[in-house]
Amino acid sequence: MEAEKVGSTKHAKTAALLSIVPGIGQFYNRQFLKGIIFLVLAASFGIVFGDILNMGFWGLFTLGEIPKVDHSIFLLIDGIIALIVTVLGLGVYAFNLYDAHSNGKKRDLGLKLNSVREQYHNLIDGGFPYLMISPGFLLLIFVVIFPIIFVILLAFTNYDLYHSPPAKLVDWIGIQNFIDIFKIDIWRNTFFKVLGWTIVWTFGATTFQIALGMFLAIIVNQKDLKGKAIIRTILILPWAVPAFVSIMIFSGMFNETFGAINKMILPALGLDPQPWMTEANWTRLALILIQGWLGFPFIFAMVTGVLQSIPEDLYEAATVDGASIWQKFSKITLPLVLFATAPIMITQYTFNFNNFNVIFLFNNGGPAVPGQTAWGTDILISWIYRLTMTSAQYGKAAAITMILSFIIIAVALWQFRRTKSFQEEDMM
Amino acid sequence: MSMKKNKIIRLTLSYFVIAIMAVIVFYPLLWIIGSSFNPGNSLSGSTMFPENPTLAHYKHLFDADKSDYIIWYKNSLKISIITMVLTVASVALTAYSFSRYRFVGRKNGLITFLILQMIPNFAALIAIFVLANRTGLIDTHLGLILVYVGGQIPMNTYLMKGYLDTIPKELDESAKMDGAGHLRIFFQIVMPLAKPILAVVALFSFIAPFGDFILARILLRSEDKFTLLVGLYELVAKQFGNEFTKFAAGSVLIAIPIAALFLVFQRYFVSGLTAGGTKG
Repeated sequence: MEAEKVGSTKHAKTAALLSIVPGIGQFYNRQFLKGIIFLVLAASFGIVFGDILNMGFWGLFTLGEIPKVDHSIFLLIDGIIALIVTVLGLGVYAFNLYDAHSNGKKRDLGLKLNSVREQYHNLIDGGFPYLMISPGFLLLIFVVIFPIIFVILLAFTNYDLYHSPPAKLVDWIGIQNFIDIFKIDIWRNTFFKVLGWTIVWTFGATTFQIALGMFLAIIVNQKDLKGKAIIRTILILPWAVPAFVSIMIFSGMFNETFGAINKMILPALGLDPQPWMTEANWTRLALILIQGWLGFPFIFAMVTGVLQSIPEDLYEAATVDGASIWQKFSKITLPLVLFATAPIMITQYTFNFNNFNVIFLFNNGGPAVPGQTAWGTDILISWIYRLTMTSAQYGKAAAITMILSFIIIAVALWQFRRTKSFQEEDMM
Repeated sequence: MSMKKNKIIRLTLSYFVIAIMAVIVFYPLLWIIGSSFNPGNSLSGSTMFPENPTLAHYKHLFDADKSDYIIWYKNSLKISIITMVLTVASVALTAYSFSRYRFVGRKNGLITFLILQMIPNFAALIAIFVLANRTGLIDTHLGLILVYVGGQIPMNTYLMKGYLDTIPKELDESAKMDGAGHLRIFFQIVMPLAKPILAVVALFSFIAPFGDFILARILLRSEDKFTLLVGLYELVAKQFGNEFTKFAAGSVLIAIPIAALFLVFQRYFVSGLTAGGTKG
């Protein structure tokens, strides 16, 4: 009796240890069907992926050894696939250990193990959520996560025009790209110039569109204003037209030789034509104005929604207490609106931080700056595009992408710590 | 008396501001519509209200011998519709399991989605380009659709999860008591109640690929595979201004259906966004 008790506390450990070879622990627990499944899974994993993993990791570490034979970038891709397969495999392996251990524990406690039938039901119940998310998740792995890993790894290579497979090999160079960006004068100057404009652009354009949208929403929401429905529809219109079309329209309107701005509007107001497309600062001004046009309707619509939900008696009470219009605005309207829309306002800033379309479509990031890889109105994301597509500086572009993503993720995390969704208990 | 005067001044000023904004909103739109009816190819000499308007540019676009416009339109519709169907299906499944089940990895999954929705998927455009080359999906619609669907999943999952969380769990629990299986609860109890958010996700995932320019431009090479925006961009980019009137006609034909669709569903957009944004 005594001896058996001592022996029986060890089932959990023994089963888990035996399961280092997948399935054996399950055999030990006398769950033969499950054991066979694990064993077969493990064996087929080894057989099917053995070569891929072997070659993949070799390629990932060396990036190829013979120029013209080994294609470094393809080896890198295969290496990442090997990495993902390994992680998925390790997941199943961990589950195998966990399963053996928990069933062993059940035996230790003298509980009956589930029969095959019960196991099947458990599998269906417990596995159902995994089954449901797997199509989306697999796609996400290959279309979103895979490219991200690729970019991260690329940032540590010297992949550019001069190290371009198949003729040449690409090598790991550690953090040299980052050092170059901050140490080499031309890179550093360009980087900080672009970063500076990106920040000015983000805050200038976004604040402008928010202020405009909010201002108009408050004006239109006045009680005694007639024709609200039609006014709202008109003011929403810029949001409804596809941004691509609007930006191309503006690109035509701001054209220096035949655009309507220089030919009709400025002369009509008694002003001189301006070099909108060839002088960087004028292009910047135009971009901020255009983004204001594109972006204010969204803010307008949201703020209108919030305003309509503010109960009327708040204002009535304030009027009774002798509050002025300005006091009502700054003490009631503004705090309520800001509180309700703050998270979305912040996403507007991150959106403009990466607003490639308006920069690229309006003037191609131009005007061109001689001797620099970034043009006059390039923001980080459009600079990355230019580095990739026109000067083939893949390694540097990837390094800058990492810096950019870092900024975005930091802002995103900071923002979501403050919103309710993070504090909800079911998130935890 | 002075209060009444104040009121008149306030309202007059308001209408004045609104009138200016209306002009600013309408001017570019009327300008492009006017351009599309202008005779001649270039913009120089074109006016907003042409003296002898012509439909020539529209006819040109629809003439299959002279222009690929109809092919592009079909491509865009095909890509957008397939993206929409795949996105709605996978987002509904993912959001449902995040909202209704408690499973190992759920929290990490949610945080991953949260961060992924912040990074625009063309930030990894080098990778997408190289990967498409490696897998032979470059210059195919399939490759483009996969990238679109993958990119849509995180944000829309969040949006939809936020909505599903507001549907009382007691409903599916009592259905479970009555012996309904997982799939039955999903299809017959929860999804019918989630129709509004399904519509929003469908619309978002239709409009996003329709209005995307950059990914399509990177992945598509041959002219008969182009989407509308890439095709139109190439039309004007070759030599800006020279084909502008045709571009204008093409733009009007894109903008009108999208804007109409948008104005009809605009209400849902706003409420869907604020609900998803504040309730998570």
